[in-house]
This record gives sequence, C-alpha cells and structure tokens, in this order.
Amino acid sequence: MSAPAATSTPALRCHGLVKRYGDVVAVAGLDLEVARGECFGLLGPNGAGKTTTVEILEGLNAPDAGDVEVLGERWQGDGLSLRSRLGVQLQETKFPDKLKVREVLGLFRSFYPRGLSVGEALATVELREKAGAQVRTLSGGQKQRLSLACALVGDPELVFLDEPTTGLDPQSRRQAWEIVEGLKARGRTVLLTTHYMEEAARLCDRVAIVDRGKVIALGTPRELVASLGAEHVVEFSAESRDGVGLDETALGALPTVEGVAREAEAWRLTVREVHRAVPALLAMLAELGAEPTHLTTHHATLEDVFVALTGRSLRDA
Amino acid sequence: MPEAVDAYRVRSPLTELTLARFREMVREPEALFWVFVFPVLMAGILGLAFRSRPPEAIPVAVVEGPRAEERLAALSSAPELEPRKLPAAEARRALARGKVALVVTADDPPDYVLDPTRPEGLTGRQGVEAALQRAAGRQDVFTADVVELTEPGSRYVDFLVPGLLGMNLMGTGMWGIGFSLVVARNGNLLKRLVAAPARRSHLLGAQLLSRLAFLVPEAGALLLFAWLVMGVPLRGSLVVLIGVSIMGALAFSGLGLLTAARPRTIEGVSGLMNLVMVPMWIFSGTFFSTDRFPVWMQPFVQGLPLTALNDALRAVMLDGAGVPVIAGELLILGAWGLVAFAAALKLFRWQ
Repeated sequence: MSAPAATSTPALRCHGLVKRYGDVVAVAGLDLEVARGECFGLLGPNGAGKTTTVEILEGLNAPDAGDVEVLGERWQGDGLSLRSRLGVQLQETKFPDKLKVREVLGLFRSFYPRGLSVGEALATVELREKAGAQVRTLSGGQKQRLSLACALVGDPELVFLDEPTTGLDPQSRRQAWEIVEGLKARGRTVLLTTHYMEEAARLCDRVAIVDRGKVIALGTPRELVASLGAEHVVEFSAESRDGVGLDETALGALPTVEGVAREAEAWRLTVREVHRAVPALLAMLAELGAEPTHLTTHHATLEDVFVALTGRSLRDA
Repeated sequence: MPEAVDAYRVRSPLTELTLARFREMVREPEALFWVFVFPVLMAGILGLAFRSRPPEAIPVAVVEGPRAEERLAALSSAPELEPRKLPAAEARRALARGKVALVVTADDPPDYVLDPTRPEGLTGRQGVEAALQRAAGRQDVFTADVVELTEPGSRYVDFLVPGLLGMNLMGTGMWGIGFSLVVARNGNLLKRLVAAPARRSHLLGAQLLSRLAFLVPEAGALLLFAWLVMGVPLRGSLVVLIGVSIMGALAFSGLGLLTAARPRTIEGVSGLMNLVMVPMWIFSGTFFSTDRFPVWMQPFVQGLPLTALNDALRAVMLDGAGVPVIAGELLILGAWGLVAFAAALKLFRWQ
C-alpha cells in the first residue's frame, strides 16, 4: 500500500535521544534503527528508559536532544497524518468502564481514515464474543487484548507495543504473543518493549538491550546469546566452613568456563561444556571445604547477556 | 452477538466521542440521580418547608366571669384570634409563659393585659378591641379590603426554582466535564486518544456537546416539576429561557474545563471544584437574595457567573424579561465562558 520509495527508508530511526526529568536522565543518548517489517524489541529492566524512548518515538513526548524519524517523517504540530499510520498501545490504558467493547473500538476506528471493521479487529484479538460486554466486566487479559485491538483497528504500518504482556497470566501472554506473530506474518513493523527475556527471544527479530537510558547491546537474540562465548550457565552458592573465600580467578580457570559473575552469595559461570565444568567445580569446592547449598544449570538466555553486561539481573535491576 | 458487531457503523470522530460521553453518563445511575432527581427533590422539599401559610391565629385568654361567654363568642368570630376561657390566675400564668398573647379581664369594661415587648400582644389587642367593640354595637365608618400576596410568581418557591436550575447547571457543567477529563487523564486514556489520533478540539468539543445534549432533559425535568406540581410560572419566552440555560451551561463547561485542565487525580480536581463552587453556592443568590450582602461586597457578588445566571433565569421566568433586559447578565456569562475556555486550552495537560 505504501509507495516503493517510502519503503526504502527505515520504519524508525532515532539518533542521540536525550530526555531529562529534573536531575534524572531518563534517556541518555540513544540510537535506534528499525527496518520495515521488522519486529524489534527494547529489552531492559523497569526504569531503563524504555517507555520514555517509545513515547518520544510516538510523538507524545519531546526529547531534550536528538533526531526522530518515523516512517520517513519527523514529528510536527499535532502530527495527525503520521499518527493515522501508526498503532499505539500504551502501558496500561484505562478504557471507560461503562462502554461496551464494540463502542470502544468504534470510537478508536473513527479516528483513522482507513482500517479494519470493528468485527475484524475483534476477530484479530479473539474478542468477538465480548463485543456487547461492558469494559468493566472484562478480565485483565481481555482488557489487554481490547487495547491491542484499538492499536490495530487503523491497520497501521508501524505498531508500538509498550509492555504488552506485563501483569498477564501465562495463557493471556501466549494469546498476546500469537497476535504479535500475526502482525509479523502480515509484514507490519512492530516495536515492543518488555522486561521478559523469553518474550523478546520468541517474538523479536532484533533486540536492543537498554540500561540506564542507553543501548548496551544490539543484535538478534541468537547473536546476543552467542556473544557470551558459551551456551550454558551454571549458578551456585556455597558455604565455606573455615571461611576460605572462593576466588574469581580460580573459578575462571576451571575447564570451559568463559565468564564469572557474582551477585551477593550467588555465583554465575558461563560455560561451554557443563559436563566438564561442573565436576571440576565440585572438586574445587570439596578441596576448599565449602558445601554447595544450591547448584543449577541452564541454557544461556538474554537474561544472562544482561547480567554479563551489567552485573545485575533484569528482574531486580 | 456477532451480527451486531458487523453491523456496527462507525460515525465521525466528534459524534463517536460525544456518544461515548453520553453513554457513560446514561449508564451511571448515581450521575442520573444528581442530575435529574436531586434538583427536583430539593425544589419539592424546600418548597414544602417554605410554603406560604396564613399567619397563625393569636391565642387570647378570657377570664371567667359574668360576661365571659358573650365575649368568647364575639372573639371567636374574628379569624385571626384563638380565644379560650380561663380562671383569672391561670390566665395570668398562661400570659407569663407565652401561651396566650393577651388576657381579657372579667371587669366591665374589660382591661387588656399584655406584654408590650411581644408584637403578638399588640396585634392581638387590635383584633380583640375591634371584635368586642363591634359586638357591643359599634358601626364601622368604612370597610377596607385586604389584598393578600400569595399569587404564583412571588412566593419563596418561585424565587427558589430558577436558583436551583442555575445551581444545577453549574454543578453538572463543572462535575460532568471535570470528573470525566481527570479520570481519562489519570487512566492514560487522554494520551491514548491523542496518540490514536483524535483531534484535541474534538476531544474537548465532545465534552461540550454531550453537556448540551444533557441540558434539555436536565432543565426540563426541574422546570416541568416546578410548573406542574408547584405552579411556578414562566412569564418570559421559552426560547429565551433555553438560550440563557445554554449560555449558563457553556460558561460552566468552560470553568469545568479550566478546573480540570491540570489535575491528575480525582482528589486534586475535587478540591479545586469546591474552591470554585462553594463561594457561589453562598454568594450567588440561589437560596436567598444577594441583596442581603453589604454594598461593598456587591461588585464581587454580581460578577460571579452563577449570580448572573440566577438573575437572568429569574428575570425571564418571573418578570417575563426579554434579551435586552438581561443583556448585562448574558455578557458576564459569555465573558466567563470565553476566558475560562481560552485559559483551559492554554493550560491543558494531555497526559
């Protein structure tokens, strides 16, 4: 539907974004480029600046510095014509309790020059049977799907989803994922923010890991995990009887260990081969007279990438 | 019902926004109570409490004696008196306790015993004197008719109903707009609508339109009740009355918009609403005339939008005034509405 010339520009480009709130720097020089048809994820802990970044891209918030280009255009005035090509889902929108689902969608549809019918939009998010129900009777997951439907009803070229699954139960989360996958299948560009690594890994073609208002890593989920240099993670904690401490260098010298990180009493090793690293680790603990109180291994994830880069975990960063 | 979804016809943004506001209000029973039932109840209850009554009869004691029966009969013929026969000592006691206003002694001619500091005693004396003199054969030189002022249009309830209408227009204008905007801002809905992309002028315009749509049944309910049940007249033109109501509704919608321009929470906007409305409940002549305030306060009192609205409504309903007579009030209302609306647009916080 878009002119061929337009599709050669990226769907989204920003450079050197800065946003301060008083003394707090929410976004500290952030660069992004999202290609057409791509599903791009901003992954980071709460407070990393994801929402501020997205709101600047959506034209709802003005940056203190930096350039933004959306679908080849810059934000000017009320930006109505650009907005009508976007779908926006904010983190938590409270729709009027007493309106019916179809009325809310009809309202949102009225703002777009073209788009889906109310019935089609509801079918996309599997909410047709709730069309006549008032918003207040919906479950959390249904409200979130209604919110998604409102973002999709204008048949947008570019969709912003800010934490689309936060606070949802596992089943509702899977439903939301399927909706996003449907968008990808129809060639729409999606920018989503999340602090769930499995969500980013499953949905996103590329991920930018954001911390303290900056992109600290960028790539496909596979590339990011591969950047750890090892595919497995061994986490353990140990109590030493005679107070002899564990040594980072000694742990790093164990066979196939590529990285060592420590969070309080918990150690985290990135290893290439679990079957060689773990016996050596246990032998070393026994030699030191230290008792392992906890030991797990798993395949490396984006979470481990974040830990390796920041020394903090995503959830409690 | 899937069929209903497919048949859903999407209207223009302004219509959809107005409809959404209208549906919300109609589906809120509490709101309907405050808008429709409450003013009618107020009019009914206050009208009942301050209904016009004939003055109460004045209790008078006739001391027992030879001519007591004859005097009692003479006094009973006077409607403003309520005589009873008592022994002398008891009659004095009743006077001292205020149970009777005057004692007619058993002497011939009688003495009137009364407390000159109590007006009833003095009024009673005139009635007693006239009744007894007439019974004794006095001929009146002439008879003057008394015209009592109880016709519709000059009772307390007639004063009250236009004031209640004005107060209701203020309350629903301010709350109806202020509350819904702050709820929408607080729940991120305003931001979402702006992103959607709704025009800002449509968002605010829909608030005004839904207010006007509600105005007709709201003012109609109170006025119909007042007219049918309490006989409150409409002496001026209905068109002018509707026009004044619309001006009032718009002025207070502007003030509601201004009050709700910044706050993010219901608590915040409630405080501001009360700050704006409470002075007008007191000063704007809803329940009693603004003439009761001293002269130096009058410029302030007369400049309030609710005073202007109440005065204009009373002038149209009770005096049959036309537009030229109430031009000053309309000007004050229009100025408040315009200034508030312009300031609200400047200050408005969309997120």
